[in-house]
Amino acid sequence: MPTIHFEGNDFFCAEDESILECMTRHGVMIPSSCQSGACQTCMIRAIEGTPTPESQQGLKDTMKAQNYFLACVCKPTEDMTIGLSVISPRQTVKLLSRDVLNESVIRLRLEEPEDFSYKAGQFINLVRPYDELTRSYSLASIPGDGFLELQVKRVADGQMSNWLFDGLTVGEEIQFFGPAGDCFYIPGAAEQPLLLVGTGTGLAPLYGILRHVLAEGHTGPVHLFHASLAAAGLYLEEELRRLAEQHEQLRYIPCVLHGDVPEGGQQGHIADLPASMLGSLSGYRAFLCGDPPIVNALRQKCFMGGVAMQDIHADPFVFSPTQEN
Amino acid sequence: MSTVYEQLGGEAAINAAVDIFYRKVLADHYVNRFFEGVDMEKQAAKQKGFLTMVTGGPNNYTGKDMREGHKHLVKMGLNDAHFDHILCHLRSTLAELGVAQDLIDTVISVAESTRDDVLDR
Ligand SMILES: Cc1cc2nc3c(=O)[nH]c(=O)nc-3n(C[C@H](O)[C@H](O)[C@H](O)COP(=O)(O)OP(=O)(O)OC[C@H]3O[C@@H](n4cnc5c(N)ncnc54)[C@H](O)[C@@H]3O)c2cc1C
Ligand code: HEM
Repeated sequence: MPTIHFEGNDFFCAEDESILECMTRHGVMIPSSCQSGACQTCMIRAIEGTPTPESQQGLKDTMKAQNYFLACVCKPTEDMTIGLSVISPRQTVKLLSRDVLNESVIRLRLEEPEDFSYKAGQFINLVRPYDELTRSYSLASIPGDGFLELQVKRVADGQMSNWLFDGLTVGEEIQFFGPAGDCFYIPGAAEQPLLLVGTGTGLAPLYGILRHVLAEGHTGPVHLFHASLAAAGLYLEEELRRLAEQHEQLRYIPCVLHGDVPEGGQQGHIADLPASMLGSLSGYRAFLCGDPPIVNALRQKCFMGGVAMQDIHADPFVFSPTQEN
Repeated sequence: MSTVYEQLGGEAAINAAVDIFYRKVLADHYVNRFFEGVDMEKQAAKQKGFLTMVTGGPNNYTGKDMREGHKHLVKMGLNDAHFDHILCHLRSTLAELGVAQDLIDTVISVAESTRDDVLDR
């Protein structure tokens, strides 16, 4: 009889019983609806133990890779520890360097803790040591770089971003939790066309994903759209142009809403540009990051343009308008 | 007798149908406001529940679930005309996938049988 560990308690799963039934029988209510593996309401994560293949059917590859599964159709064959997310240890690292990428974006490089593992495109939650203020920042580095890279935009009156610009000094320690997030590239289908679209520092996760994609030898076309209100908001242009010269499958398209259009770039609303430039998006895998309303609009445009729901990976940089200190 | 769900090819076929069906629904201005949730992915997964149910696949939905699950939509004005639009998208989705006419008719009659529950009357 397999045992299910959940939040410090042990639950015995009867023969032929699903994890959802087992938990419900013990008074632990996991939200559920269809109870047959279709609606995905009861998706949870295996922290230890392997979910059964049936319980991962129909899930996105990125969710499978993180051991998510459907509790209603998982009849465990071994002991499992389950949870809604993984509790990661708090890491303390030094700031190695800070560079200016444009007038409102900096690049921070942090020490990479020794036992740290992540997928390019995931994010970490930075914690300001003296008051525990916490904010998410995407990793722009890839495993193997030997450091963790963040790209941070200064937000007017922003508590964390302004401190990262002006307060934190090189050599000083900062803390973080993570990694988390399911916007990343899974090697495979090397010929599949890829669409990467980011606004502002939405380029950070895409920069990591792009370098991972190229390192894996992806051969299909890769279109990177980086959008900003005006050309001054773009960054890493030279670096991205150089990558595009070195990799013939890569196309870099800087986009602006108004003002001068950079060479090889486009003007217009970023939610409309990919479909209007590329036509049908059927068969693409898409990665969409940055400003939440734009990411949501892009998600819809990509889906209507033919991208399968399973192939849309999005990372909206949500923030709450009312922050207590 | 095997269900339409099995005859269509089970889970894999439903996965293929969900994207087609959901695209039709989102493109239909008459009904798309009911489906424009904050989380598109979760909405799409719910539509998989819908397709599994009406094709007779494994599900535990009851009439009461249908009543409860659509009550907030009835408050938003959900009525027979919207219901007819959904049936129409369901029909054309299945036709596009090459499903035989008699199977389509079976699916539509299952969906039709939930009308009073879905519209809460
Ligand atoms: C998954 C994820 C990944 C992220 N990755 C990155 C990243 O790689 N780089 C990066 O720079 N940021 C990223 N962010 C955003 C980041 O977490 C913070 O929200 C941002 O830095 C602002 O924090 P703050 O403390 O400076 O501002 P706060 O003190 O929280 O906010 C100050 C004021 O500005 C408003 N505000 C906050 N953010 C914005 C915004 N983007 N646009 C307009 N107004 C805003 C707030 O509502 C508030 O009124 C990410 C967010 C998420 C959820
Ligand atoms: C044809 C008969 C219908 C059936 C059998 C049906 C069935 C279902 C099922 C099984 C679900 C998934 C519930 C869950 O797992 O949580 C669902 C959700 C949903 N249905 Fe229907 N449905 C029908 C008609 C309609 C109509 C006419 C509309 C609106 C035009 C509609 C809008 C929705 C929406 C928006 C959801 C998601 C609700 C949420 O976010 O919780 N349905 N339906």
